[in-house]
Amino acid sequence: MKIARLSVKFLVVLTVLFSLNSAFAQEHAVAASNDEGPVNTNQEINDYIQHHIKDSHDFHLYSYTDAAGERHHVGFPLPVILWASNGPVAFMSSAFHHDVNGEVVVEAGGSRFVNLHDKIYELENGADELVMGADGHHPENASKPLDFSISKSVFGILIIGLLMLFWFSSLARQYKKKNIPTGFGRVLEPLVIYVRDEIAKPNIGDKYRKFTGYLLTVFFFIWISNLLGLTPFGFNITGQIAVTAALAIFTLIIYTFSGTKDYWMHMLWMPGVPVLIRPVLAIIELAGAFLIKPFSLLVRLFANISAGHIVVMSLIAIMITLKGELTPFGSTTLSFILSLFITLIEVLVAFLQAYIFTMLSALFIGMAVADHVHDEHLHDAQGHDIEDTEASRREFI
Amino acid sequence: MGACNGWLQDLSLKIAARYACNGQLNKQKYDQNMDQLLNDFSIGLFIMQTVILLVLIFLIVKFAWKPILNSLNEREEGIENALEEAEKARLEMKNLQADNEKALQEARAERDTMIKEAREIRAKMIAEAEEDAKAQANKIIKQAQEAIEAEKRTAVAELKSQVAELSLEIAEKVVKDELSDKKKQMQYVDKMLQDATLN
Repeated sequence: MKIARLSVKFLVVLTVLFSLNSAFAQEHAVAASNDEGPVNTNQEINDYIQHHIKDSHDFHLYSYTDAAGERHHVGFPLPVILWASNGPVAFMSSAFHHDVNGEVVVEAGGSRFVNLHDKIYELENGADELVMGADGHHPENASKPLDFSISKSVFGILIIGLLMLFWFSSLARQYKKKNIPTGFGRVLEPLVIYVRDEIAKPNIGDKYRKFTGYLLTVFFFIWISNLLGLTPFGFNITGQIAVTAALAIFTLIIYTFSGTKDYWMHMLWMPGVPVLIRPVLAIIELAGAFLIKPFSLLVRLFANISAGHIVVMSLIAIMITLKGELTPFGSTTLSFILSLFITLIEVLVAFLQAYIFTMLSALFIGMAVADHVHDEHLHDAQGHDIEDTEASRREFI
Repeated sequence: MGACNGWLQDLSLKIAARYACNGQLNKQKYDQNMDQLLNDFSIGLFIMQTVILLVLIFLIVKFAWKPILNSLNEREEGIENALEEAEKARLEMKNLQADNEKALQEARAERDTMIKEAREIRAKMIAEAEEDAKAQANKIIKQAQEAIEAEKRTAVAELKSQVAELSLEIAEKVVKDELSDKKKQMQYVDKMLQDATLN
């Protein structure tokens, strides 16, 4: 009960923060020069979805046009932290006035920055405005500084991290006083046991304990970020390829450094096959361990979540795109039914992708730490194990 | 029905036409998107995620997972032990019951043998008593018979002597009577002689 109350309090504080910032942000009104107001055409919908899928430097909730024809953006700014040519620079994203077309130039720390499609570019010395290259996508007279901003995704990651720390450390504290947790802990406990008993133990075996902490962290991190992505706040954390890449590389590092002698021998000099085939197998195994496995992990999660977001938003957009054919009432009804349905599926996918990522991580770790006995029969078993992995991977792709 | 179908067909055709028109645009978008996908990989975000995740893993393992997993293990061990103990207690109870049953069985068997023995002893005693009684009776009967025999013998002997005396007296009286007449004495002597010669 206490945990639940505290969580509620935490969320209330968050909401208040949001609304305070929104009130603050609401002050900013931008003359609608490049921002055409409401999203109406297919092109605008496409752009809107593309924009949403990407990371953003400010926390944008919604926009509206007031009676005077002025465009208002409601949200709050986030800090922009850059490592530019003149050293570290920090300023609030509100300095760009919601511009993502590279038109507003911000001067900070002796350098000039523009925001082009949510990428910050540093203008070369003497340049006053961004000049696009011949292809129309890459700027000619600007470079990308290292961007350590607390972007929307980083902000989301921090919230999730704090939430997880808060929830699970309170669960841990509960065990000091009683054997069976109460309140929200009673919801969390079976999930922890589920990850331990259904993911860690069966895939890793006896050495599961050492890796369960990582697997639990990754499972809950991915699941909560997936679920957060389905809220109207519009986070798209696990749909950022950089985030999924970092997760996949963590798994890669863990199974590479915990690999047993047997694992490396099976990878580099496979016993039980003709000597001539061994180098070929070694190449395949190395590629599998260092490229295919992490790549499949990062792309699966990224693609599933991005696709989910695109589908949900496209179905919501039916409201606008089919307005002519179906009348506003018809298109709204159709859009509502379809997006409700797909959102339910996305809730399932949110769990499923967290489960798959964690399960495959556990499987890869399990393959690396397994003890093989050198015996013809057990070699078959080993080969069979690998086949199983491939089969399950194919299923998930 | 037909009207409805027509309306649906019309709608689907319109939608198809719209998306076909957008096909060229979509192809362009696709190429652009693939380009963007690679462009979208933000090294800064990657580094931030790595650092935050590292810190998160470190903190959450220390403050949450370790105590949680330890407590869960302890609890599960506790439950397992409790179950084992319950099983043990059950077995003990079973053994105890079996022992009781056995003792009862033994007691019953003992009682049965005791009853049986008592019965046997009784039967034996009765049989012995009967035997004794019979023997005693036989003995008494025998003695009685012997006494009767002896009495009889003495009685017979007495009777014999009395009969002899009586017959002597009678004979004396008869002889006295007979031999008072001479003629008769002679006749008797003759007869006697006749008998003697015949012998």
